[in-house]
Amino acid sequence: MASFALKRILVAVLVAFTVSVVSFTVLRLSADLAQALAGEGASSEQVEQIRISYGLDRPLALQYLDWLGNIIRGDLGESYYFKQPVSALILERVPVTFTVATLAIGLALLLAIPLGICAALNRNSWLDRLCLTTAVVGQAVPSFWLALMLIYIFGLHWQWLPLSGSEEWQGFILPIIVLAYYAMPAIMRLTRAGMIEVLHADYIRTARAKGLSLRAIVTTHALRNALMPVVALAAVQFGFLLGGSTVVETVFALHGVGYLSWESIQRADFPVVQSIVLMFSMIFVVLTLASDLLNAAIDPRVRLQ
Amino acid sequence: MTDMSLSGPSSASVLGARARRWLRNTGASVGGAIVLLAVLCAVAAPLLAPYDPYLQDLPMRLKPPVWAAEGSWAHMLGTDQLGRDYLSRLIYGSRISLLIGFGTVLISGSVGILLGMLAGFYGGRLDLMISFFVTVRLAMPIVLVALAVVGLIGSSLTVVVAVLGLLLWDRFAVVTRATVMQLRDSEYIIAARSYGGSDARIMLRHVLPNILGPILVVFTLEIAHAILLEAALSFLGLGVQPPLPSWGLMIAEGRNYVFFTPWVITIPGIALVVLVLGINLLGDGLRDLSSPRDAAD
Repeated sequence: MASFALKRILVAVLVAFTVSVVSFTVLRLSADLAQALAGEGASSEQVEQIRISYGLDRPLALQYLDWLGNIIRGDLGESYYFKQPVSALILERVPVTFTVATLAIGLALLLAIPLGICAALNRNSWLDRLCLTTAVVGQAVPSFWLALMLIYIFGLHWQWLPLSGSEEWQGFILPIIVLAYYAMPAIMRLTRAGMIEVLHADYIRTARAKGLSLRAIVTTHALRNALMPVVALAAVQFGFLLGGSTVVETVFALHGVGYLSWESIQRADFPVVQSIVLMFSMIFVVLTLASDLLNAAIDPRVRLQ
Repeated sequence: MTDMSLSGPSSASVLGARARRWLRNTGASVGGAIVLLAVLCAVAAPLLAPYDPYLQDLPMRLKPPVWAAEGSWAHMLGTDQLGRDYLSRLIYGSRISLLIGFGTVLISGSVGILLGMLAGFYGGRLDLMISFFVTVRLAMPIVLVALAVVGLIGSSLTVVVAVLGLLLWDRFAVVTRATVMQLRDSEYIIAARSYGGSDARIMLRHVLPNILGPILVVFTLEIAHAILLEAALSFLGLGVQPPLPSWGLMIAEGRNYVFFTPWVITIPGIALVVLVLGINLLGDGLRDLSSPRDAAD
């Protein structure tokens, strides 16, 4: 286990490092930052002056190393727009994004797992068909449109919930529903598929032959094995939800990290955008690593692959 | 869809059986019909659209669709905030969605299939390297990176296609790699090798035609993925720019009028859902056809 874990951690560090190089390079090459900072009407001397004062004239590799060195020391740089440390800006917004994403993934699991299990136990029943239809439709509905429709129905039409904003707790309800709906189809399908597969296994037949009730079989034998891949998927989905928070937070004007990223993109506030991309990537790497290790701890076979 | 003509050797009877199974699969038929309709709209847009989609008519702004009390057949789906005919914009909008979808998979498919093929065919270190890059790509928050890059470069249809194309290759690579690995040691590949075929020739002439089934499935699903992403980017103002009638952009433009004229966001939204649903159903149907064993699930 130790050597497996060590290997996985090493790969994760390597992935994290490569992601930081790739995202830095890609974002840097996308635009002339000095030009963007100077604005449309700036003269070429002004642009050059900004280029030099922000250190943008040096080779990209050097800029990257500087940036990386600062990050390792915990300094994410300073926002071009707010003239504040990026880390403070992000930390201030983190609670909103994490609350929404955590509750959304929780809600998605809470609904999708029982539905997936019921669908698997009653294959081709109306419930199964309903679940599959919901999943198929769910994957086709753009989250920003669902968000707008919910705002229209619950906010404008019935006036049950606030239209936007993160001042009151009610403002979190619709974003959580939208994100949970986005995460549900995959979890439900995987739970159902895993359950169907597990129910065919020999040890389930043995359990049945022993005369165990269906409930006992499902809860003590099948569930544990069927849900292992779901744990891994939930980790990945959580990462996706963070990435997707840009869209949903913008629609609901929730002042989280996603909204900050959208604002910063429009202001060409490179240090902020870069830091958020890096942060989301790192969270994704850590989550997949954690789920890998968890799976390996539960199932020794994983370690041998 | 030039790929269709390459879809491997199959006799008429096999095709007949496939066609029958195809028709029995309601999802795939419905999906196919929707996609066909969308393609028809896109191709014949000038013939089908009753008005010029860019023609503004301010006195006629925000007219309701025909099923509303004050609706009229002159503008079946009503008009937008600038008095442009909504049906015409919707029809022309299908061009943008499909263009983005096909354009993106053309790029992402080329990148992904090439990488997946190399990884699956050669294995070993090359495979490790390519798989590593797939992991790196998966770790990047795609919506955010796409938004940032498009935002920084400056948004236009071409930029959106290029950026999405260069971001969405992961599934192509993963599926191609897995399929090629299964084929690598099959007898006809060994035979091709034994009479001295070069690696490139074997990959193009023997491996590629035999992995088209699974890849076609990825093609459809990724087209849907790209269409949804474009809509989101355009909605956030960092995708296709006005006055182009992108469905995502139409939703964004209608957003402020939603209280009194909800159809301005409902109509393009439903169009998006139906098109993406159709493409996904078609993709699922294609998967069932290529592997009937899984069709029951």
